[in-house]
Amino acid sequence: MRRAEIITAFILGILSIYLMWKSGEAPDWNPDVARFDNIGLIDGEGPGSGFWPFWLSAIMLICSIWIGVNWYRRASPPSQSEEEFLDGYGRRMLFVVGGGLFGFLILIEVVGFYVAILAFMIYYVRFLGRHSWWATLSISIGLVVASFFFFDIAMRIVLPKGLSEPLFIPLYDIFL
Amino acid sequence: MDILASLFNGILVALEPINLGLAIVGVIVGLFVGAMPGLGSVNGVAILLPFTFVIQGFTGGATSPMIFLAAIYYGAMYGGAISSITLGIPGASTAVATTFDGRPLALAGKAHLALVAAALASFAGGTVSNVMFTAFAPLLATVALSFGDPEVFALMLLAFATFVGLGGDDIPKTIFSICIGLVLATVGFDVVSGEPRLIFFDITGFSHGIRFLVLAIGVYGIGEMLWTINTSRYGSSMSNVDVSARAIIDAIKDFRHAWRGTVIGSLLGFFVGILPAAGATPGSLMAYGVAKLTSRNPGEYGKGSIDGVAAPEAANNSASTGAMLPMMTLGIPGSPTTAVLLAGMVIWGLQPGPLLFTNQPDFVWPLIGSFYISNVIAVLINLAFIPVFLWMLRMPFTILAPLIFVLSLVGTFAAYQDMFDVWLMVIVGIAAFFLRLLDYPVAPAVLAIVLGPIAEPKLRQSLLFSDGDFMIFLNRPIAGPITVIALILIFLPLIKLIRDKMRQSA
Amino acid sequence: MKSIKKLVFGAVSMVLAATSVSGIAVAGGHGWEPTKPIDFIIMAGKGGGADKMARLMQAIVEKENLSNRPLVPTNKSGGSGAEALIAASKASDPDHTIMVTLNSFYTTPLRQPGLKIDSLSFAPVARMAEDTFLLWVHKDSGLKTFAEFLAKAKADGNKWVMGGTGKNSEDNIITDFLNENYGLSMKYIPYKGGGAVAKQVAGKQLNSSVNNPSEALGFYESGDMVPLVAFTKSRLPMFPNVPTLSEVFAGGKQISWSYFMQRSVVGAPGMSEKAQAYYTDLFAKVYASKDWQTYKSKKSLMGDLMSGDELKAYWADQIANHTKILKASGAIK
Repeated sequence: MRRAEIITAFILGILSIYLMWKSGEAPDWNPDVARFDNIGLIDGEGPGSGFWPFWLSAIMLICSIWIGVNWYRRASPPSQSEEEFLDGYGRRMLFVVGGGLFGFLILIEVVGFYVAILAFMIYYVRFLGRHSWWATLSISIGLVVASFFFFDIAMRIVLPKGLSEPLFIPLYDIFL
Repeated sequence: MDILASLFNGILVALEPINLGLAIVGVIVGLFVGAMPGLGSVNGVAILLPFTFVIQGFTGGATSPMIFLAAIYYGAMYGGAISSITLGIPGASTAVATTFDGRPLALAGKAHLALVAAALASFAGGTVSNVMFTAFAPLLATVALSFGDPEVFALMLLAFATFVGLGGDDIPKTIFSICIGLVLATVGFDVVSGEPRLIFFDITGFSHGIRFLVLAIGVYGIGEMLWTINTSRYGSSMSNVDVSARAIIDAIKDFRHAWRGTVIGSLLGFFVGILPAAGATPGSLMAYGVAKLTSRNPGEYGKGSIDGVAAPEAANNSASTGAMLPMMTLGIPGSPTTAVLLAGMVIWGLQPGPLLFTNQPDFVWPLIGSFYISNVIAVLINLAFIPVFLWMLRMPFTILAPLIFVLSLVGTFAAYQDMFDVWLMVIVGIAAFFLRLLDYPVAPAVLAIVLGPIAEPKLRQSLLFSDGDFMIFLNRPIAGPITVIALILIFLPLIKLIRDKMRQSA
Repeated sequence: MKSIKKLVFGAVSMVLAATSVSGIAVAGGHGWEPTKPIDFIIMAGKGGGADKMARLMQAIVEKENLSNRPLVPTNKSGGSGAEALIAASKASDPDHTIMVTLNSFYTTPLRQPGLKIDSLSFAPVARMAEDTFLLWVHKDSGLKTFAEFLAKAKADGNKWVMGGTGKNSEDNIITDFLNENYGLSMKYIPYKGGGAVAKQVAGKQLNSSVNNPSEALGFYESGDMVPLVAFTKSRLPMFPNVPTLSEVFAGGKQISWSYFMQRSVVGAPGMSEKAQAYYTDLFAKVYASKDWQTYKSKKSLMGDLMSGDELKAYWADQIANHTKILKASGAIK
């Protein structure tokens, strides 16, 4: 935990510097404007477009340093903790569930929401939750069917279908 | 007495079978749409807008279609609390503050108390604002008109002040969280300079900004779920809830302990709601903040205080009714939902404006009458459905968790129809999980992303107005006092906190 | 959870049962028909003029059963329309993607060349209307004519504040035009939406605005806001006593100038000719409908239906015109 605390503070500090640098960006069509021209108070106009994000990012940077100081002085609970940041269970959980979510996202991009929902539910309920196949399939299929009618038909929110699109054309013929 | 007679006639029209039926259907639709994470009143109203033409064709007039949409709006405001409490995901920005205490109550097996309190507080808030709306509508329209940019900015400062106290014990982490929310709020297109800004790595998805729902669903739907799975070690962390009718009735009796939050929420919500550009979200946040500030035991807040559920819920309902006022009398929508309602009114051939009350009494009074009716319908239906929502919590966690994940992803997509948002939401969620492990408070960031996009342009528009002179926030009759109070409130707890810390470490 | 969804579906489908009587009504005559819901992108946020019109068009299509598949509106207002332009030009199925546009259809690609969008690559479907602009002041200002306005604004210098929707937008272009041609130095403050601008004028926070009639109508009817001059070619039927800019002699000159906001429906680049013909026909029917015509006259919109090559030529003309205007004001190089 102690090591994670300082690494996170360091990453957040870098993030703050990046945000400060990015806030000062000049419009790409106008080469006459220099970086950081927009972060001050423009005379007679008030703050420029980069003022708000730049100075708030600067406060973020100060906070990151402050967190670092607290870490050095062992003033905050995580910097005193000798516990592991993520133990074996936590790492496994993150891999299985977090990885599952990214798998879900990639599947959505390829085969669309409905097939992906089916796959993710089977993966989670059956293989992580160890429920029976009967429970798994009834919940998963029920969810897919209900979602289709709720979103695509009733709410007219068309979820992306990806490769599975041809399967849905006949359904539109019937229900729309 | 004139008003009472008009109101009475209005209620009679609203009670006609067709209007009553539409109100019931509208409330039910709204309740469920609002309870879905990601979907809120705006989706319900926008999607059913074309359908109102069918109603109009059937009944003539704009009254029945508007009653239908207003009922959806009402239902959704009640429904928003449901996902905040049971799933821990605020379905809309208006319901964020409800999670602060609603979620801890649910985790402690007292979800029924929170749900009942939310329903009854919503009812109280709706009723209070209906009465004020009826009595003072034209007068309040003038108040709303007198709010220019500096006044709105001062109000935003006040909203910030009330939630400074919401963070954790770690000062730098709390400030960091507020600031990152405010910075991320500026991503996208800058209205004042007309230029895109902070478009990270030139990805087009950032050009619409980082949306509140992306952050909220990521933090609460993904981050919080991962954290729960990690700490509960596969076992269910939810205590079993009592779903008997008896428990519900006891909860209703228990509600009397929440009167303070309800009163604060109802009044504050309404006044914030009528100001154009503010809307229900700052209203509910300020109500929570004020309820906590004035409470005798503020330590209870965030750990499961009934007052902490009642205050924001009373406020968001009260503010939603209040927000109808600038929409109808000034033609300015204070929220995306009222924007769609406004579009509806225009399409049905009505002209919102100061003369609406005089020119269209046949439209206005039945609509106001229907607010009262819908409010009653909504609280009854909500109470009736509470056992169904509670039953959901008894599902095994290994089924509930994937359902919440699926709902988070589908809900994020449904809100804006953009896959980029869905990816960003998951990434935000995983980052929030790590930050949560290290005691970074994330709620301030979520709130900052709601208030930032209102506050920053108002600050700059005000200063454009005053040629860059900051005194504009102090030397105007309305903005001045608000700014002073806000600054005192912001710095008071900060100074106190730092002093306490120093004493502790000394 | 499952049962909740069922309930939701039950409730919503009950409601929609009435709407979906449409079934398989046919637009007929064409070889091509949509096979799935049509993505209807709105290049502006919810509640604005473009959004109201788009939702009215959608409602007309549903009400009169003009299409066998629904139009599904999505608001993409990011980056002053940049987000919408990119979404439409990257559409995976251009035959099912159409978009409602305004003048940012030309100005955004000009202002943000990094987007690499060519406005002329979009398929012309139909110009549904042209929105008009008027100069508005508060009645308490006592100003009755454009000449009085010029005198007062000149005397106040940069203390005279004009509000408008967005920077370098239509409102800003008109303000710049007035400043430049009449020797004024009005201050321009950009806001997010036209309704907010009108409210600021009605609340006397701003001195003047160049709102569309639909945005200021409520305050016009109540007498709070007064129109002084119209930036149109001929007088608007709704404001017969308000002269056009071209006909007034003020500030020692008479300038013939007009400015409009187009309201067009475009198809995604790469749309097939058959699909384009289908949508052209669809929107011609919308245009001819009673609801659209009523709305047009009530909100003081001008411009006749325009489609095909005629519309494309109109765009080319407008792009040239806007390039000139934006270059003159220094908004592009």
